[in-house]
Amino acid sequence: MSNATLVPEARKISTEPRRSDKVFRGIVTTGGLSSLVILGLIALFLAYRGYEVLQQEGLGFITKAEWAITTDDAGNVLESHFGLSAMLVGTILCSLVAVVIALPISVFSALFLNFYAPNWMKKILIAIVDMMAAFPSILFGIWGFLVLMPSVEYWGKLINKYLGWIPLFEVKPYFFTRSPFVAGVVLAIMIIPIITSVSREIFAQAPLDRIQAAFALGATRWAMIKAVVIPHGRSGVIGGAMLGLGRAMGETVAVYTVLNIVFQINWHVLLGAGGNVASLIILKFGEASPYEIKALMAAGLILFLLTLVVNALANVIVKSTGKSGR
Amino acid sequence: MTTTAAPTKPWAKSPRDRIRDFAFAILAIAFSYAFVGVTAMKGKLAYAAILIIAYALITGVFAFVTRGGPAAKDAVIKSCVAIGAILTVLPIASIIFTVLKNGLPGIHLSMFTTDMSMATPTDPIATGGLLHAITGTLTMVLLALIMSVPIGILTALYLTEISGKFAGPIRFLVQAMSGVPSIVAGLFILSAVLYPITKAYSGLMGALALTILMIPTIARTSEEVLRLIPNDLREAGTALGGTQWRTVAMIVLPAARSGLMTAVILGIARIAGETAPILLLTGGGDKINPNAFNGPMGSLPYYIWKSFNAGSPEALTRAWAGLLVLMVLILILFTAARALSTRKVSK
Repeated sequence: MSNATLVPEARKISTEPRRSDKVFRGIVTTGGLSSLVILGLIALFLAYRGYEVLQQEGLGFITKAEWAITTDDAGNVLESHFGLSAMLVGTILCSLVAVVIALPISVFSALFLNFYAPNWMKKILIAIVDMMAAFPSILFGIWGFLVLMPSVEYWGKLINKYLGWIPLFEVKPYFFTRSPFVAGVVLAIMIIPIITSVSREIFAQAPLDRIQAAFALGATRWAMIKAVVIPHGRSGVIGGAMLGLGRAMGETVAVYTVLNIVFQINWHVLLGAGGNVASLIILKFGEASPYEIKALMAAGLILFLLTLVVNALANVIVKSTGKSGR
Repeated sequence: MTTTAAPTKPWAKSPRDRIRDFAFAILAIAFSYAFVGVTAMKGKLAYAAILIIAYALITGVFAFVTRGGPAAKDAVIKSCVAIGAILTVLPIASIIFTVLKNGLPGIHLSMFTTDMSMATPTDPIATGGLLHAITGTLTMVLLALIMSVPIGILTALYLTEISGKFAGPIRFLVQAMSGVPSIVAGLFILSAVLYPITKAYSGLMGALALTILMIPTIARTSEEVLRLIPNDLREAGTALGGTQWRTVAMIVLPAARSGLMTAVILGIARIAGETAPILLLTGGGDKINPNAFNGPMGSLPYYIWKSFNAGSPEALTRAWAGLLVLMVLILILFTAARALSTRKVSK
């Protein structure tokens, strides 16, 4: 009997992944990097197409308000002026109006959902708010134009009548139709679900022990909210508001249907003359010459960068509060 | 004989409390009527505003008299919070009501079997239909699904299963991508694909733009779902000698199936009504076009947009009917997503 041959060779132990795992990891990582690739390509292509216009206009592209192009019969560009400032001011104005209106409503309804509503109502309301966030913008646009606009114009006139001495609410000439205020109200209705659901999640993370401690000390519900929930959720709510701001800035169809686009910088909220970068693209795209399309691409690039910055800031703020709870 | 003691609920409202609440509401309504009647104000807005202020004041004063300052503040805030919730829900109620009211007259059976190739939006409602729009939307959504589901789920898998050194930045970029305006996605496809390569409108172009908008929704929802899969399952897979690939493909993904379906459905709901890129890229034909790679393609948002801009009463009714179809579609998708997600992850 020989005992030497029966011992099998020792298996090699290694932490090296199998080939199937290497392939799997490779594919998943590639898929994961796609968002980076897509965002990069968006910036690259828009910059590439808009480069000519950006170079010609220089800084004037964001500081001037004129948008005009003249071509001869053969389609050659004779003269062109592309300035985005009126549109940028309009975009910021509309979305600020939207956030100012939506923020208090959303915070109150988030508080209601978390601390006041009975359980059955809470479930239904959360479903409704989530669904509202998924409604298409064209629905808000047409509803806003045909149903909401007459009332909002009336509110605008009321504000002008009683608060007209504040420069912001001045209306000269007396013209209220399709003002930034109307667009702002429509946008507010669109971003309320977003801010509400972000605030609701942040408020729900408020430390339970502190809430109970506040009640045990005899606090009323509002006193508890003021002492525990609001300090905990403040910056998260600000982040949610900025997320809404980003969404409002990029909104196209809803704004286009209710806003009167005028190439002139206008800070008067109630006056029926506004601007909006995204709507400008839809407005001019139909009859634009190849050169003007390039200007629109450049405008798209500016809008892309603007929303990217606002969104990035918002996400950083929301994320940092989620963790620093206690 | 045994008697069970009924549990007492000292916090529950007594009948007396209920009567008092009711009386306050009546009082506030009466006050708002009287106030609006006496002063020069008019309109629904005045009634609503005075009613809210009156109710907050009455409950506040009552709480102040019976229980002091902090209770009064609490009561006033309580009315504010309720108003916030009402103002959140009111628009959606109004939207659903208006769409039903204006859209139902425009719904007729033949609209689901004919297209608009022989009719214009201003023709009488009974002619033409939106078959081309429905098929177009379905085609584009399907194409977008084919492209975005793999990418979205792979991104989610990277974030949960591999979570390598790029996980943080990628999560951040996916968040940023979900904020990309739809018009920018449209312009990107226009500049990167349509002008240099195909040089013609087609359904595929629309689908590409929708893909960009859909990826972040799918990736984020799937990530949350995959996170809910208990780690025990992954460890069990590894303990049985499975490689990571086998564990993910045979255990994690099947366990997360219904959640992933939810993610896909939410993605569809997000893009089904997307209008801006469709206006830029698809050309919006009036005829059924089964070929997404060639020729303009109609879709529900384009149909609604075109009818709305035509302006005549018939065209407007068409637009509302289109909106109704679109809204019902999104409601169905959303209900399906909720039904799937309440089943949660199968353990």
